[in-house]
Amino acid sequence: MRATLATMERFDVAVIGGGMVGTAIGYGCAALGARVAVLDEGDGALRAARGNFGLVWGQSKGDGMPAYGDWTRQSIRLWPELAARVSSLAGRDVHYRATGGLGFCLDEQELEARTNFVRRRHNDGHATLRMLDRRELRELMPGCPLGPEVLGASFDPADGHADPLVLLQGMQAGLLRAGGQHRPGARVTGIEGVAGFWRVARADGSAVEARRVVVAAGVATTPIAAMVGLDVPVRPVRGQNIVTERLDPILPLPASALRQTGDGTIQIGVTNEDDGSFEIATTTAALARMAARAIRVLPAIRTARMNRAWAALRPMTPDGFPAYAESGTHPGCFVATCHSGVTLAAVHAGPLAAGILAGRLPDFANEMHPERFRGMTHVSSH
Amino acid sequence: MTQVDILVLGAGPAGMAAATEARARGFSVLVLDENARPGGQVHRAVEQREAKDGQDRDGAKLAAAFRACGADYRPNATLWAVEPEGKVFWSEGGAARSARARRLILCAGATERPVPIPGWTLPGVMTVGAAQIALKTAGLLPEGKAWIAGQGPLLWLYANQVVAKGGRVEGIVDLSPPGGLARAAWHLPNALRAPEYLVKGLAWQQRIRNAGIPIRRATRLVAEGDGRLERIVIDGWSRSAELLLLHDGVVPNTQVTRAIPGCAHDWDAAQRCWKPRLDDWGNTTVEGVMVAGDSGGIGGARVAALAGRLAAIEAARALGKLTADQRNAEAGRIRLEWKRQRAPRRFLDALFPPLPEAAIADSTIVCRCEEVTAGKLRGAVALGCLGANQTKAFTRAGMGPCQGRICGPAVHGVIATARGVDPATVDPFRTRFPTKPLTLGELAALAAE
Amino acid sequence: MFRRTEPTDCTIRWEGRDIPARAGESLAVALLAAGVAAFRQTPVTGAERGPLCLMGACFDCLVELDGQQNVQACLAPVRPGMVAAMQRGARHFDLAEDAA
Repeated sequence: MRATLATMERFDVAVIGGGMVGTAIGYGCAALGARVAVLDEGDGALRAARGNFGLVWGQSKGDGMPAYGDWTRQSIRLWPELAARVSSLAGRDVHYRATGGLGFCLDEQELEARTNFVRRRHNDGHATLRMLDRRELRELMPGCPLGPEVLGASFDPADGHADPLVLLQGMQAGLLRAGGQHRPGARVTGIEGVAGFWRVARADGSAVEARRVVVAAGVATTPIAAMVGLDVPVRPVRGQNIVTERLDPILPLPASALRQTGDGTIQIGVTNEDDGSFEIATTTAALARMAARAIRVLPAIRTARMNRAWAALRPMTPDGFPAYAESGTHPGCFVATCHSGVTLAAVHAGPLAAGILAGRLPDFANEMHPERFRGMTHVSSH
Repeated sequence: MTQVDILVLGAGPAGMAAATEARARGFSVLVLDENARPGGQVHRAVEQREAKDGQDRDGAKLAAAFRACGADYRPNATLWAVEPEGKVFWSEGGAARSARARRLILCAGATERPVPIPGWTLPGVMTVGAAQIALKTAGLLPEGKAWIAGQGPLLWLYANQVVAKGGRVEGIVDLSPPGGLARAAWHLPNALRAPEYLVKGLAWQQRIRNAGIPIRRATRLVAEGDGRLERIVIDGWSRSAELLLLHDGVVPNTQVTRAIPGCAHDWDAAQRCWKPRLDDWGNTTVEGVMVAGDSGGIGGARVAALAGRLAAIEAARALGKLTADQRNAEAGRIRLEWKRQRAPRRFLDALFPPLPEAAIADSTIVCRCEEVTAGKLRGAVALGCLGANQTKAFTRAGMGPCQGRICGPAVHGVIATARGVDPATVDPFRTRFPTKPLTLGELAALAAE
Repeated sequence: MFRRTEPTDCTIRWEGRDIPARAGESLAVALLAAGVAAFRQTPVTGAERGPLCLMGACFDCLVELDGQQNVQACLAPVRPGMVAAMQRGARHFDLAEDAA
């Protein structure tokens, strides 16, 4: 459908980006009664949403930025309710299981580093996170055939996992169910103010107008945020994933980079390849290292066949933490970017969406303003 | 790591010819093939069978020359990754291996287009190609309540092979839309440049009739049974059945080329399939990566063997053994015959168009591995999915062990018809290495290297 | 379903019974020749399946062969005395073995 001046469609909110972040915000706004259009690229877009590992995870979050840790835990508290809604919307189980989550340690060095990390997080007020030794792990997961190298693990009982693809599908269905529009197939080429609205123009010649615009464009955030006067440096970080054939239950709790999905497959993740490249091919060397580590945790899976591997690009800010802001020069225009779109889906669809509609972002989000990147050269991932 | 001049994937007609030609020009050649013996699909088990026709004799000659050419030939070897600078990975004898080649000639052949009719997942329903493999490798003939259904040259060829060996089937259900001959007539003059194909084709159908096997035209076929095939319903007419062999033509096997970054593929509207973008020598859009034979576009065994030779001659130029003029001179006669053998293709494409995807019922399973129905695919399109990749994310279609090999063309077609757009504008499954499942143990062993 | 036109030369075990076969032919072909249609139960719904393509592409001919699970029967050559059974659902583990 091509919009002309005569038939220009007007919305309360136009979300730029149909990935995990944009769809959550679009769904959340639509569920609150706003008229929403989510603008998306085509089938071949660089989608972090397809490369998500599926953890709903707090234990590694917020080290160095307590607001991010709090924001994450708020989302985890909201997840059970979100899970129920998206399962119903998708027509299949999103497989959210708040079983608690692990970070395995395979030698003394890893154990020491992890123990120090847990102590630091504890001092920051992350009270539920603790270390388990091998015996405690065995008690937590009786019958789980852990490899002899597993010395212990960090453990947060609030952590869990879900099927990220069902989550995305459910939120997209919810967007449509609430009267929102999903408009795939074209990049955004420009944003300009026209008579109290923001007009968002797209590469296919179409345009929509909206009172509010949310830039949630993943690895394409930087150039689009610049259109509304926001400086948000985001670079692509490649994450490779492996999925095996379906297996009988073998790993009851998800772990960082290793989980058994609701379908029975084992998912092995995720590399953090920070080379600035937009290439999404898999590399055998990285997959081999990932497989080797997973086998050290669970030697029994060495006979399991991997069915698929893939790579996706996650958007990374200079300090690795999310960025949320309303533009000072373009009031009503917002940016939202993070690399934990699954964990944060519940706050994105909830308080963040409400804040965008109210014209006032939640306090936690405000602390994650991209202003902090000014002059920042150091680059790290969290 | 092993270093070779040329890696050839596949030991069918294209691969055997390419390897033989490359060896004759003094190159070191590594040939990886998934099968136990050379021949590919068309010349499968050609070394063990008695040659019965020109095609068998072609195959036997190719295989003998290939065996004698001195290539490092690895049967039972499954290639699963191609990385930059000619690095390849494969599994052989339960272990992962790798090599580096200066030039790749990929001859992965063709796969049968899926025929997703209701009940095609029942045990007892197979493809015509599968039955032909059973015939060629073990002399199995259909017996009892056996039926053949669909369309395409291979269907008629197989039925002839069955009749010639003294076998029979209950009937052939011709699902091709009427009017094929009229459409094809446009291309007849060109087709007559290689009349042997037409003569053979006409003789095939006649021999079926002479054998008293009923041929019935139909538009709708359903397979039914409780846990296995018990009957088929042909336009509402129910017959008992214990074996149903389906066929709807073949499509290029692009599983490997689609996974290579930068390797462009185009939609072929006549053959309704994706194929790699090739120049006349078989060069893809990625330097050093070549394709020959049916995996570059369906042309049949003779065209494939000629394309294999042309690719090897071009590789000799690329590797500095021939100048462009020398290459053109040496390729001259092969090129002429390649053009002549390709002449009937448009006629055959018009005569045997694939069955329409729009007719697939909502309740019919399309992705066999993950048991995803056409209705689920259409539901994803209704949610806003434009192509196969987002549809895969929302339905799991293509996520099973076959990696979309079987259902890929049908998933793509269902999306295009549901959206009402030109299939050329619908993205197919993006394939990724490893393009064949391998065990985590095999993969992990490479980490130690 | 099918009949053989060439003699068999050995036997193999399928689901506890002896089946005539020819050494070197594929296990899938040997089973089909013996009238076996269902090779596995899917890990998704448990539906029974048999081979579709016989050329290594479809993964519908998965069996358990000599203790190895999810083996493609169409790519496994017959050896006299080999023992095969249906692949029933997802790959399973003998958890007791590794739990030490």
